[in-house]
Amino acid sequence: MSAPVAPFPQVDHQRALFPEGLALDCGTMIAPLAVAYRTYGTLNAARSNAVLVCHALTGDQYMAEPHPLTGKSGWWDSIVGPGKPLDTDRYFLICVNVLGGCMGSTGPQEEMTDAEGRGLGRPWGTDFPNITIRDMVRAQKRLTDHLGIGRLLAVVGGSMGGMQALEWAATFPDAVYAAAPIATAAYHSAQNIAFHEVGRAAIHSDPAWKGGRYWEDGRVPAQGLSVARMVAHITYLSEQALTRKFGRRLRGASALTFLEDVFEVESYLRHQGSTFVRRFDANSYLTITRAMDYFDLAQEHGGDLASAFRGTKTRFFVASFSSDWLFPTAESRQIVRALNAAAANVSFVEVTSDKGHDAFLLDEPDFHRALGGFLAGCADRLGV
Amino acid sequence: MPDTHHPIRYVAKNMRLDLRLIAEMIPRGATVLDIGCGDGALLAHLSAEKGADARGIEIDMAQATQAVAAGLAVIQGDADHDLAFYPDGAFDYVVLSRTLQAVEKPREVLRQMLRIGRHAIVSFPNFGHWLLRWQLLSTGRMPMTHTWHRPWHETPNIHPCTIRDFFDLCALDGYAVERWLAVDDQGLKTPWQRSPWLANLFGEQALFLLRRT
Repeated sequence: MSAPVAPFPQVDHQRALFPEGLALDCGTMIAPLAVAYRTYGTLNAARSNAVLVCHALTGDQYMAEPHPLTGKSGWWDSIVGPGKPLDTDRYFLICVNVLGGCMGSTGPQEEMTDAEGRGLGRPWGTDFPNITIRDMVRAQKRLTDHLGIGRLLAVVGGSMGGMQALEWAATFPDAVYAAAPIATAAYHSAQNIAFHEVGRAAIHSDPAWKGGRYWEDGRVPAQGLSVARMVAHITYLSEQALTRKFGRRLRGASALTFLEDVFEVESYLRHQGSTFVRRFDANSYLTITRAMDYFDLAQEHGGDLASAFRGTKTRFFVASFSSDWLFPTAESRQIVRALNAAAANVSFVEVTSDKGHDAFLLDEPDFHRALGGFLAGCADRLGV
Repeated sequence: MPDTHHPIRYVAKNMRLDLRLIAEMIPRGATVLDIGCGDGALLAHLSAEKGADARGIEIDMAQATQAVAAGLAVIQGDADHDLAFYPDGAFDYVVLSRTLQAVEKPREVLRQMLRIGRHAIVSFPNFGHWLLRWQLLSTGRMPMTHTWHRPWHETPNIHPCTIRDFFDLCALDGYAVERWLAVDDQGLKTPWQRSPWLANLFGEQALFLLRRT
């Protein structure tokens, strides 16, 4: 049994507070609402150059700067900056920690409040209400309203961030000039729900989880959360990527052993798991994976995906990656076909890559060129 | 022959001359779908010069990516599988240039084009050209010309047709031929357009503007 792991330290996050709270899809009112965010670049006088970037399941708002807990560079550092596809000289980029997250936005780790918004002196934990992707988007809309931005130039996101980009376009069509859902789907597939459930089961089976009340004794279900991360991490990579990185290489040991990591890929996964627990909250993981599982945009619109976009003026950029088996190209093509059926303006590319789902975060020049060109074309049309 | 000295009013950068002829058929402000749009030269021209709402489908990923990176609304897809998803009458013009002979089901593609568009503009290489007829007759082998330049086992052109064949298909499926012309391989008009018989013998490429009836 490994030593108990303490919760990660609390740091101050930039955030906006909305005392009136947010009415959730499940019928619960959550108040006050805190929305933590980071911005990059400068909002122009016409407030027309704002681009909202939505992070994935385990991402956060620190997309292009060192992470306050890990010190690692931002998850989209490679495409954010002057002259890059998400050009900070041209756009005002906003990245929001999702509702239910653990980097300063209202979530299971924050102090629980009652119906009147009074603090109860304990975290929400598993009493945090069920949330949806649409709830996340509504919380982001509060922030963009607060920042005085009537219409976003674009909403961009990969994976769960792509679900949010789709939801933005469907829920607030007039507030989104362009949407870029990347490596994503209009619903979470049974296979993806199944993988999420393995992760949740790992957390539930960790004795340290204590039915979600692990905060009571100041430790975290590190073992369970770490296994959840290991399983999920496999789904983010392709077989070719794992083979290229590790193959069947052994980790030094010449003698056969069952007591420690034998193959390099094992120690890699274990490392991924053990670092993850130092920056992510287990109850947040449970909450957000559930929100993804609930996501089914067609079902929100009478079972017809095209009707989610009927009459839309939003311009779309859809991108998938050839080796992504978590959100395969076929699911992006479904989105494209629904958008075509709605007579929407849509661009679509399937980027050839052997890097799996994670490709959207990695160095993929074709993808970067296409995304950058799409955004620049939209900005040109708006005179930004 | 005045037609071969047709004045070139505007040629977009990298735009083939046959695309220029197509562009001339499309009025300002039209909504256009270009199937097999390549790197989007026609789309860029129609958007910039004619204020068109122009979109494209391209089967080749590298070309589609290039078009998207240029800010054009292009999807990677193909004529045989993606047209069925567009609603009726979504476009004023649907363009298919030099691609009809390479699709799996040309008749169905044409039907889809005139379902989703009020007009269809189709160009294709004419298999009735005299040189092809002569080569087949004299050598007994599949013709090889400037236009039909790949051996039979390599060519993507699985459904070649002649200008007269195409007229027949339009009649069979009830499409009105609003305009048609035969052009040489550079896309310049040839003087045979008064006679389909002569055009079928001497035209290397054909260009048709069709309308639903």
